[in-house]
Amino acid sequence: MPDDAVLPSFADRRRWFLRGAAKVASVPGFILCTAHIGFADLARQAELTVAQAVFMVGAIWALPGMVVLVGAVLSGAGLFAVAFAVALSSVRLTPMVVALVPELRGTRTSKLTLYLLAHFVAVTSWVIAMETVRNVPRDLRTSYYFGLGSTLILVNMVVVAIVFAVAAALPPVVAAGLFLLTPMYFLTSLWGSAREQAAHIAMVLGLVLGPLLHLFAPGFDLLGAGLIGGGLAYAAHLMKDRPA
Amino acid sequence: MTLGSIDAWWWPYAFILMAGWAMTYPWRALGVYLGGRIREDEEILVLVRAIATALVAAVIGNLICFPAGPAAETTFALRAFSAAAGFAAYFFLGRKVLLGIVVAEAIFGLGFYLGY
Repeated sequence: MPDDAVLPSFADRRRWFLRGAAKVASVPGFILCTAHIGFADLARQAELTVAQAVFMVGAIWALPGMVVLVGAVLSGAGLFAVAFAVALSSVRLTPMVVALVPELRGTRTSKLTLYLLAHFVAVTSWVIAMETVRNVPRDLRTSYYFGLGSTLILVNMVVVAIVFAVAAALPPVVAAGLFLLTPMYFLTSLWGSAREQAAHIAMVLGLVLGPLLHLFAPGFDLLGAGLIGGGLAYAAHLMKDRPA
Repeated sequence: MTLGSIDAWWWPYAFILMAGWAMTYPWRALGVYLGGRIREDEEILVLVRAIATALVAAVIGNLICFPAGPAAETTFALRAFSAAAGFAAYFFLGRKVLLGIVVAEAIFGLGFYLGY
């Protein structure tokens, strides 16, 4: 078997790991930090401890799943309803990984490496990687993405811990204003990342159905709004494609 | 069973692992497993994205209508107007996420001082 590829040295791997890590200092990286400040505030209102909130960042690493989990806990939902809602909010990770894997895979990349790196896939690292990974030598792309993904997680775990530490000392206007970070992050980023009109319709329906169902069926509000709003938006999508 | 229903230090972590990690990581692993066998423009993904979007939008709606903590002392009108103004700034001024956040927070802060 012809094998001209030279194994990258450890120094090469470290250099590209650090270049990936440095990408955290970017506009998407900064926006993600503000979103985690909002998440930390939400977790405090749900009476999670700092250790539990930091653990959530590392274990889940997908903000929609995290805010749905905390939002469901605030609504008093049980384990199975929470789990189902989190699962529904996270299906979108599959096509993202599918799109990223061919970009990351080098000549000798093992499946195990890819399964480990998959944990880092969430919107921010995915957007940065899809934009920049073509400028990285193919056999060093896994090192680059490892640096980017692991640093993003660590930085945001620290951000969440800092918010818990300083929250009690914040001036009232700042303490109250933190709650707006999560809505504004998702209102703008969900709208911008929508690929089709169905997602825009789903967003408007979810905004209205969530609070309505919260009044009449708390505990089922998020799942109900997701299934009804998403279903209606998909129905509108199907109607549009059909000739009148 | 809820996050607070078992009084043991490990229960919230077990809850987070079961309802959080075990519901997110498998979707990522499935992506590696499937490799090139699913496409971004597949029809079923339109439904998947619509449900996920509506779920997160419901959390946002609840946060604006029924916030906990210090924000609960403010009026619904101020919270809704700040969010709407931030979104309008994002929508009409070049689709910048940061701009939307800054405008919403500035208006909220001003309204807070004016007693809304």
